[in-house]
Amino acid sequence: MTFESITDAQAESNLVAAEAKFQPNLAGRYRLDAIFKAATIAATTIAIAVLAWLMFDVLISGVGSLDRSFLTSFPSRRPEQAGILSALAGTGWVMFLVAVFSFPIGVGSGLFLEEFSGDNWFARFIEINISNLAGVPSIIYGLLGLTAFVIILGDWTGGRSILTGALTLTLLILPIIIVATREALRAVPDSIRQAGYALGANSWQVIWSHTLPTAFPGILTGVILALSRAIGETAPLITIGALTFIPFLPEGPLDPFTVLPIQIYNWVSRPQKDFHDLAASGIIVLLVVLLVMNSFAIFLRSRFQKAR
Amino acid sequence: MLQDTSSPAVSSAAISVEKLNVYYGSNLAVRDVYLDIPRNQIAAFIGPSGCGKSTVLRCFNRMNDLIASARVEGTIRFEGMDIYPTGEAAKNFDPVELRRRIGMVFQKPNPFPKSIYENIAWGARINGYRGDMDELVERSLRGAAIWDEVKDKLKESGLALSGGQQQRLCIARAIAIEPEVILMDEPCAALDPISTLKIEELMAQLKEKFTIVIVTHNMQQASRVSDRTAFYNAEATDAGGKVGYLVEYDDTEVIFGNPKEEYTRDYVSGRFG
Repeated sequence: MTFESITDAQAESNLVAAEAKFQPNLAGRYRLDAIFKAATIAATTIAIAVLAWLMFDVLISGVGSLDRSFLTSFPSRRPEQAGILSALAGTGWVMFLVAVFSFPIGVGSGLFLEEFSGDNWFARFIEINISNLAGVPSIIYGLLGLTAFVIILGDWTGGRSILTGALTLTLLILPIIIVATREALRAVPDSIRQAGYALGANSWQVIWSHTLPTAFPGILTGVILALSRAIGETAPLITIGALTFIPFLPEGPLDPFTVLPIQIYNWVSRPQKDFHDLAASGIIVLLVVLLVMNSFAIFLRSRFQKAR
Repeated sequence: MLQDTSSPAVSSAAISVEKLNVYYGSNLAVRDVYLDIPRNQIAAFIGPSGCGKSTVLRCFNRMNDLIASARVEGTIRFEGMDIYPTGEAAKNFDPVELRRRIGMVFQKPNPFPKSIYENIAWGARINGYRGDMDELVERSLRGAAIWDEVKDKLKESGLALSGGQQQRLCIARAIAIEPEVILMDEPCAALDPISTLKIEELMAQLKEKFTIVIVTHNMQQASRVSDRTAFYNAEATDAGGKVGYLVEYDDTEVIFGNPKEEYTRDYVSGRFG
């Protein structure tokens, strides 16, 4: 090996004492290298293999019942007539409202905490609490939503409505968006801010023209991750009382609703195998919606990076 | 110890500093600085690391305000105006306006991640520039001796330029808002000798219009470009920290030829630091 020959040549030209001080042991170090690499490959393979198996399983049982009528029919007691239309519409409504609510509030809070609040006990107190909130189980948010939006504010939110569901999920993902926003802002080099201030800009001008655009791709990634979590949430929506059997399309944010994961859960918990296949079809639909959402975000992000 | 060995005529000073102390938290970083920066000249700050020369420079446009723990005592006058007023006047004083009149170029070139054109135009726009923007961009880029290199790619990102070009872009950005003073914090520290030479030639032209204060670790650079040189040093404190102070401030020929202080002589002859 070339490395060894170089080391040998140097060792020969040096004193014998120096040779004893350094024992390069290259063979051993490369072996460790190879073992570590193999371990990481194994870890990746396990993760990918499990995911692939899952997808394969879902596809096999779901593709059969996945047709046009599945997408355009309402739920039914007869599996051959049951469809996912109302759940798909409900998910669309809820996710739209969650995005509308959570983006400005989450990014705004992140901006305040990172750019304006300074480093005092109050900011640190809020930071610790937000990190804790990000780890609270989602069913707790469901109970909060039930109390706050269904019972206390029910007159305004329409009780067990799309609006209530969206507000509950917004609470659930706000901590994630705030943390992601702060991370993205922290990654903006200070030299850009200083350049802005040195030209006689105030905080708002520096943030709007430089800090926020530079951090925006990172913020967008965080928002999309958060929305991806929200789209799969079942527990908090069941807690606030989202219905499973919705044989109509919601016409406004105050209507009752169901979403894809609740519908899937409902089908899975029935004894007939036909409904299990319907659940698999529902999972495929959910995954496709998720992929469409993510690719839209990636598209936005690359547009934004090119513009700079 | 001599704080300021010159006998300045106050009327010709763009910036005058009296008994300046700067603290970071409870640590005194620089103490007892007295000096005058003459108009349309280049003043160089030299000295070993940690002697506070950058700290003093950053007081001039109140960039130290961005560091929460920094605190300034003493008086700095810019064209006769106290820029660290106390009491009632402090509420009416606006560092944002001051920073338009005192521009800054940083150690590491830091163009905005935007087009070359926008790099120049942004500062003018936020300061309410009402003239012809295209003309201003061209004039500023010409002023920073970079127009010929970038005139065909004004829409390209400023980050696509080489380090030396980026630094001249930053100088163009600074002069676009027509400041009276330009502060340069080791502007050539990240550049190769050829880019450094270009910046030095540029400084000689710029001083016809602007007053320049430059912090540099390069003593040859100080002796080549500056009219006045301030030598700072750091001394150990009882608490185990370091505090910077101004050793000597005089015409550059005197500092490099016949300094009054022994420390200065040792430093400029390369015997320490």
